[in-house]
Amino acid sequence: MGRPVQYNTNVKLAPMPEGYSGEGFMATSFDKVVGLARKNSLWPLPFATSCCGIEFMATMGSNYDLARFGSERMGFTPRQCDMLLVAGTIAKKMAPVLRQVYLQMAEPRWVIAIGACASSGGIFDSYPVLQGIDQVIPVDVYVAGCPPRPEAILDGIVKLQDLVHNESLRRRNSPQYKALLDSYAIQ
Amino acid sequence: MTNEILKQKLSEKFGEQLTEWDEQYGLLTARVQTDTNLKVMQYLYDAEGFQFLTDLTAVHYPERVGEELCVVYHLHNLVANVRLRLKVYVPVEKPDVYTATKIFSGANWMERETYDNFGINFVGHPNLKRILNVDEMDYFPMRKEYQMEDPTRIDKDDEMFGRGGTI
Ligand code: SF4
Repeated sequence: MGRPVQYNTNVKLAPMPEGYSGEGFMATSFDKVVGLARKNSLWPLPFATSCCGIEFMATMGSNYDLARFGSERMGFTPRQCDMLLVAGTIAKKMAPVLRQVYLQMAEPRWVIAIGACASSGGIFDSYPVLQGIDQVIPVDVYVAGCPPRPEAILDGIVKLQDLVHNESLRRRNSPQYKALLDSYAIQ
Repeated sequence: MTNEILKQKLSEKFGEQLTEWDEQYGLLTARVQTDTNLKVMQYLYDAEGFQFLTDLTAVHYPERVGEELCVVYHLHNLVANVRLRLKVYVPVEKPDVYTATKIFSGANWMERETYDNFGINFVGHPNLKRILNVDEMDYFPMRKEYQMEDPTRIDKDDEMFGRGGTI
């Protein structure tokens, strides 16, 4: 008689990076291994300020289950997180706070702007609202929609994973990256 | 309670203090003098059951010289489901209006917002400072001398909104 425990045999494993392997060893480039590890264990820091935040909550809930993509646990401290998810309208008064959160994150760090408001100000073409978070911090992936469905947010995260996977280890030391941060007056 | 009865009662009580009666879309509207706005609202609150302040905002009419700014109160009698709109006009040089916060606590933030956008000085307000806009802002953006699409704004990326740009 079979045991009542069912094992999940449908586990998705990340493919092994390209490399040279023989008995008891494998040689590959550091880039690929680090990219693989980072990609599949992004720590999300949700910065949810309004309606899009609700969609993000659905994304991390059990139905859409962000944990399937290696982001098991929301971290609510910038020190531990490497993926900042800005979901919602950011008022100009909030902008310094958002910037502070970004500055407190350690490199490497990535940012996703979820929804029209975070990407461009959205419907709030008004005096108190920041017209897109890329006015104050650099953004890697924009997710369109007002609000985007959880599928779209997951799509954005998968896009970001591609970026993370293929990012060169030297990118963050490059003059281009420095120029990007300089343009935001971030040291 | 109907608009007619309400109008009759108010006219009897306040007479010439209430003018410019109007009834657009069935919403009874009256202009109240600057110094009696609180008396009228207190009476409405105590005697007529208008205990809910739905909205409080302002409008700028640059062509009405001497009374450019208009503060609008929307009152609601929740029991009889009757609404009433009161307007107070003040000159833009001296936009002083008595605060309604003593009657309606909900007026607090609405008056701050009205101050923030139109610069109405609510006399007696406990904490009259900007609420939505950044504290450094040094003008009242909803006044009509500032055109609707502010050409000096650099925070809006026009390309993304189909207003000029290269797309
Ligand atoms: S994009 Fe739409 S749904 Fe998202 S925060 Fe803005 S208004 Fe809300």
